[in-house]
Amino acid sequence: MENRPLEYDYTIAKMFMLTTIVLGIVGMLIGVILAFQLAFPGLNLILGDSLAEYTNFSRLRPLHTDAVIFGFTLSGVFATWYYVGQRVLKVSMAESKLLMTLGKLHFWLYIVVVAAAVFSLFAGVTTSKEYAEFEWPIDVGVVVVWVLFGMSMFGLIGIRREKSLYISVWYYIATFLGIAMLYLFNNMEIPTMFATSPAGESGIGAWYHSVSMYAGTNDALVQWWYGHNAVAFGFTVPIVGMIYYFLPKESGQAIYSYKLSLLSFWGLMFVYLWAGGHHLLYSTVPDWVQTMASIFSIVLILPSWGSAINMLLTMKGEWQQVASSPLIKFMILASTFYMFSTLEGPIQAIKSVNAIAHFTDWIVGHVHDGVLGWVGFMIMASLYHMAPRVFKREIYSKAIMTAQFWIQTLGVVLYFTSMWIAGITQGMMWRAHDEFGNLAYSFIDTVTVLHPYYAIRGIGGLLYLVGFLMFAYNIYKTMSSRPIEERELQSASPMGA
Amino acid sequence: MSIAQFQAYGYFILIFLLVVVLYSYIYHLYTKKKDADGVDYESYSNMALKDDIDDTPVSAISEDKEK
Repeated sequence: MENRPLEYDYTIAKMFMLTTIVLGIVGMLIGVILAFQLAFPGLNLILGDSLAEYTNFSRLRPLHTDAVIFGFTLSGVFATWYYVGQRVLKVSMAESKLLMTLGKLHFWLYIVVVAAAVFSLFAGVTTSKEYAEFEWPIDVGVVVVWVLFGMSMFGLIGIRREKSLYISVWYYIATFLGIAMLYLFNNMEIPTMFATSPAGESGIGAWYHSVSMYAGTNDALVQWWYGHNAVAFGFTVPIVGMIYYFLPKESGQAIYSYKLSLLSFWGLMFVYLWAGGHHLLYSTVPDWVQTMASIFSIVLILPSWGSAINMLLTMKGEWQQVASSPLIKFMILASTFYMFSTLEGPIQAIKSVNAIAHFTDWIVGHVHDGVLGWVGFMIMASLYHMAPRVFKREIYSKAIMTAQFWIQTLGVVLYFTSMWIAGITQGMMWRAHDEFGNLAYSFIDTVTVLHPYYAIRGIGGLLYLVGFLMFAYNIYKTMSSRPIEERELQSASPMGA
Repeated sequence: MSIAQFQAYGYFILIFLLVVVLYSYIYHLYTKKKDADGVDYESYSNMALKDDIDDTPVSAISEDKEK
């Protein structure tokens, strides 16, 4: 036992890989159900009138968003951290009993909080703040899980052998700090049991119920500072961290410009936090806040494209790998979708464009080409890269991977094109008026026109879900196949055709 | 001075400082290599490419810990 050479310990990474896949299936399945409910409203009653309370759109919607953000994506972030962190710091989790204990505690408490969140959202218990629906007891749980993640991360950094921190580690640290700050400030809330009404009643409402400390426009400002930066520090920052590790590693190429990666990092950190106000254009927030948010959103193209172009240039001279390796295909498409959605977002944040885009399906399309094309693809690619190394087995099927790639790409394309057309149609129809200023269309006119696009969106989402199930099957078969020798594995980078 | 003028001067100074900070950082990244104990930031890519547990760190945290 004592003479065994030191190895990286992927116990925690494997645990979080499992939740990434399970919660991914849950989140995406609910998403597909929601998409078809919008196209065919009868599906709100899919399980009959008696269960309609649990199957209607409004009850399921926060389950979809929260399962994808805090379930699938965060699990992916944790799984990759417990893999990448050890490797780039050149230190094994096995070297510290304390870190292993913290890691396991982090995982199991995360499971408890996820279970509580799913249960409460199904029961309809919500603060009704978008992406911050959890009531205060769950918020307390989230904070504990996050602190454990931080202790685990900084603990590992504390015992590292590598002096400098690789660029991905900077991104993981930023994820930790960013979400900690955002979550705390947006969830400042007072349990109603502590409140006293003007009439003198106390102990109002259920024990778990709370109200936000902010009201009116202030609430909206804090909410969208949070909401947009949840995208920043959940869907962008850690995923950029992943691609900075997994693409160079999988392709065997050094990052095209490490200096550019540093510059883009600080650019992203400085600019992103100011852009949230673009969710509140033409609302009651001060005009200068709206203008500032618009401008910062445009400036955001620079650091985003700095990273994305850096990744594409990393493939310089090695583009044949895109043709031969499905894993590289996933990452290059992810990087391309990152460029694409970080251009689309700023365009939507321009005031005159926003006048048409706001509240329409174009926004939904934008979110999904980012999350399906960039976040989803990058997390799946990371897990595909990790699977042979943590399970010490070869990937079960390259053919399934290739098929999955094309099915999901088609799914994403159907999703965002249908939502572009639907969104712009909607925006134009809402604004159309006759010479006296009377609106040309009623709301239901738009619904009728949009129906085919909603159906196409449902099909796009379904294709993506099918691809994800193929991914889950492929990983399952990889886990359960014949183990191979470590030495053999080194030269068989899974897809190196 | 009106509040609008104050904002305008403040805005200009802020942008000017940010440009200085940005270019100083780029200058720093490029010149660090030439210093006596300088580092070539591009070599940091190897932290990912050579990340086996028994690979030599790009810059070890201390000599005695390096194995």
